[in-house]
Amino acid sequence: MLVVDKDTFEEEVLSAQEVVFVDFFGDGCEPCKALLPHVERLAEKFGGKLKFTKLNTTKARRLAISQKVLGLPVMAIYRNGEKVEELVKDEATPEAIEAMIKKYAEESS
Amino acid sequence: MKVYDLIIIGGGPAGLAAGLYAGRARLNALLIEKEKDGGQIVITSKIENYPGCLPEESGSTLVGRMSGQVEKFGIERAADFIREVDFSGDIKVLKGKGTEYHAKTVLIATGAFPRPIGCPGERELIGKGVSYCATCDGNFFEDFEIYVVGGGDTAVEEALYLTRFGRKVTIIHRRDELRAVKSIQEKAFQNPKIAFMWDSVVKEISGDGMVERMVVENVKTGELTEILADEEDGTFGIFGFIGFLPQSKCFEGILEMEHGYIKTNERMETNIPGVYAAGDIRVKDLRQVVTACADGAIAAVMAGKYTEE
Repeated sequence: MLVVDKDTFEEEVLSAQEVVFVDFFGDGCEPCKALLPHVERLAEKFGGKLKFTKLNTTKARRLAISQKVLGLPVMAIYRNGEKVEELVKDEATPEAIEAMIKKYAEESS
Repeated sequence: MKVYDLIIIGGGPAGLAAGLYAGRARLNALLIEKEKDGGQIVITSKIENYPGCLPEESGSTLVGRMSGQVEKFGIERAADFIREVDFSGDIKVLKGKGTEYHAKTVLIATGAFPRPIGCPGERELIGKGVSYCATCDGNFFEDFEIYVVGGGDTAVEEALYLTRFGRKVTIIHRRDELRAVKSIQEKAFQNPKIAFMWDSVVKEISGDGMVERMVVENVKTGELTEILADEEDGTFGIFGFIGFLPQSKCFEGILEMEHGYIKTNERMETNIPGVYAAGDIRVKDLRQVVTACADGAIAAVMAGKYTEE
């Protein structure tokens, strides 16, 4: 998974040609840590179809807020510079994340 | 039809402790958890009051080890959400999303979740300015305004914690005095960053994709105050700490309860023989990991005895 930060988010996510998955996490976020192995597994499985990135919001708070991320975890899909779908907090279960990713993976194939 | 000795509903500390005891006792047991193990404790960043816990222990590391320990003793696991139960016969029936489960005994360890503030707009803006977890989301509001709803120990303690981040933290409380213990109250009154809105309740939260506006009502005068996000900030934080909501809906009318919490005796027995409750879902005075584990252990042992009879 590509690690993005406040300097590279624009280029790697917003200006990307392909559909981008973003895992918004934070230093103190325990549920985020619990989800990471699942997300990494999905990144391996669907990496050819989608671009997988993760952003540590603890170090990019303003950027997170500009993306209307004010609670963690958030698993989001970006297309043409816009957040088109997201799973926030309790919605972000391994099953729901996989279903969301699958939907966009199928679309892009 | 497979009939288990024991089915445990809920994979928090109470359910996991019960699973451990049931596994060691070689009960034919099944633990049903709706998503991931841990319950509420996984959102806690630091645990210092569970005896024997490691330094730098978090809720998720502690639960991770508990789950691993349960695994070693080999009880069955299922990921499902129990919607309906039938406790009328000797064999208890649990209905999940698509599966029916049968057991001689059932342990309810479904826990409790933060109680919503209960106003329009709240649900839509969870994670968008509305939160029930200061350690999870506090740091988004560094240098922003933060509102804390509630007046008990948790609300005031979390408000104090949130002063690390917010430039101002306002406690909105429906009464004219706090319910928190005096020592915590004193800290709050001495903290220059903490302000109070007394006799007040949140009536409405709104915003386009994140919290931008809130309406607060003074319950004594009926006066409404509109709070708007600072233009430069664009948003503010609302943290609700007004108690917990027990996850006991599907047992209503079946088990004896008090305000949604299940009544048990010291042996964790409910009013129905063979049905037990453990952890935060019970009527009790102290809801902690250590008391949840103790409940779970007792319940599993009692369930084991019951199946032998």
